[in-house]
Amino acid sequence: MNKVWIIARRELFAYFDSLIAYLMIIIFLGLSGFFTWLSNSSNVFLIGQADLQVFFSISFWTLFFFIPAITMRALAEENRSGTIEFLSTKAVTDWQIVSGKFLSCLLLVVVAIACTLPYYWSVSSLGNVDHGGVIGGYIGLVLLSAMYISIGVFASSITHNQIVAFLLALVIGMFFHLLFGVLAGGQTGGPSTVFEYLNARSHFESIARGVLDTRDVIYFFSITFLGLFLSTIALGKRNWHD
Amino acid sequence: MSIKVENLTKYYGEQKAVDNISFEIKTGEVIGFLGPNGAGKSTTMKMMTGYMAPSEGRVIIEGIDVGEEPLAIKRKIGYLPEHNPLYTDMTVIDYLRFCAEIQGMDRSLTDDRIREMVRLCGLDAEKHKRINELSKGYRQRVGLAQSIIHDPEVLIFDEPTTGLDPNQIIEIRKLIKKLGKEKTVILSSHILSEVEATCDRILIINKGKIVADGTSETLRKQAAGEEILKVQIETIAGESAEAGLRSIASVESVKKLADKPNYFQVYSGSGLSSRKAIFDLCVQNQWYLMELSVIETRLEDIFRNVTAADPSSGSTADEDMVLTTKENDV
Repeated sequence: MNKVWIIARRELFAYFDSLIAYLMIIIFLGLSGFFTWLSNSSNVFLIGQADLQVFFSISFWTLFFFIPAITMRALAEENRSGTIEFLSTKAVTDWQIVSGKFLSCLLLVVVAIACTLPYYWSVSSLGNVDHGGVIGGYIGLVLLSAMYISIGVFASSITHNQIVAFLLALVIGMFFHLLFGVLAGGQTGGPSTVFEYLNARSHFESIARGVLDTRDVIYFFSITFLGLFLSTIALGKRNWHD
Repeated sequence: MSIKVENLTKYYGEQKAVDNISFEIKTGEVIGFLGPNGAGKSTTMKMMTGYMAPSEGRVIIEGIDVGEEPLAIKRKIGYLPEHNPLYTDMTVIDYLRFCAEIQGMDRSLTDDRIREMVRLCGLDAEKHKRINELSKGYRQRVGLAQSIIHDPEVLIFDEPTTGLDPNQIIEIRKLIKKLGKEKTVILSSHILSEVEATCDRILIINKGKIVADGTSETLRKQAAGEEILKVQIETIAGESAEAGLRSIASVESVKKLADKPNYFQVYSGSGLSSRKAIFDLCVQNQWYLMELSVIETRLEDIFRNVTAADPSSGSTADEDMVLTTKENDV
């Protein structure tokens, strides 16, 4: 059996065995459901359009906050309790450990997102839904989550304190979530283009419109990969010669 | 599995934790790393398991360099880290299954193997409990079980009995001895009796260097250069026998012990014995020989000698030892 999956399965077991997974799913559903269906300012009935754009833009924020809460445990807890030494002396590579942690968080988030599929069914029974937009929105959420998870796993890999991991993930995530966009707005020319490219929002929104551009997909993939790569390096730092 | 360690060195920043260590271990040996806390035992073990790369030097296990093929080596090693870290949220069975799978064991074998480990380590009553519900002794057994579940050829145990009560210590030692019959075992400890009881060979490590290497017998012989006797003499008029003892040719020095009158510790010159001469002295002067015993050099003394930070603290340790030293009556 694949080592990555063995590690991921153990992590998932730990999430679902404790309250973390259920809390995460309930709070995510509660928040996104409230803003999509009940909130006085933005709900679907008020807007009068049978689509899930409200849900996607709310999820864009809720995931940003909830993913660090899931990932903070990933490696920081192993570093704190010393189980990282136990795990690293088994027949697995650091990359497999990091990927296993990433995969478990991703699956948990995907389960949470999948719990909102009834929203799709409800909306589609209200009127004509832009199916492309909804599918794109869901793909965008998963890609966005993957990126934040890899940032979170990285933050978790360089500390043995979960709170530090959580805050650090938020700080790094904040750049992609908001600050690069703000910076892009305040610049012109070259820097503006660079910052605009780094801004997660523009990529997410273009996918959520139903336009699956390879540039957007590559953006999410490369930042996800970079996060995992840096985490692997952070795990390997015990081997560094100083 | 033969193990060869060549010029192993590890720096932590400026500090040299392990300083140019070299040794060889033959298949089937049980080796004890002995040393005070912070001597570099754990660091050496961490490098042997491939957890940490050495700053210099290398570890070769059965002809394979640990640094070059860590995965192949890790499959052959069973490692119990210091403080025995475990996933405490899992049950014993689930944890052992995870360990077996992650070591790449064949799935059809894992169930039998887990059953065997549970039996071997005496975990039968606890197997469905979560690890965080277990006492320290049982956790240690789980730690041992996880390290041997994939049937490794080399076992590396870092302080396997710390924090256990005496009964548990004896059980764990028994288990290690049992394992040592078929496998190469390396364990570390700062408890001498433990290493003496379980190991074929002892490496004493201090400040990152090997300061002594051999079986407990050879180490004892090395240190037992001179005979030390404890003598109590009762003289008729109560006069001191010290001058008489000093006059014996083979006696190097005499130390008066305070707790009884005419009670001495007699040091003979290297290779010489003063026992007969002392007896003759008593006969000549018509004294009564109340006690004559040989102080056997113990591993404790060797350990103190080779690891004492400075000579003055070593000598005070020696005096403490006198009170507790095991004596063989002649």
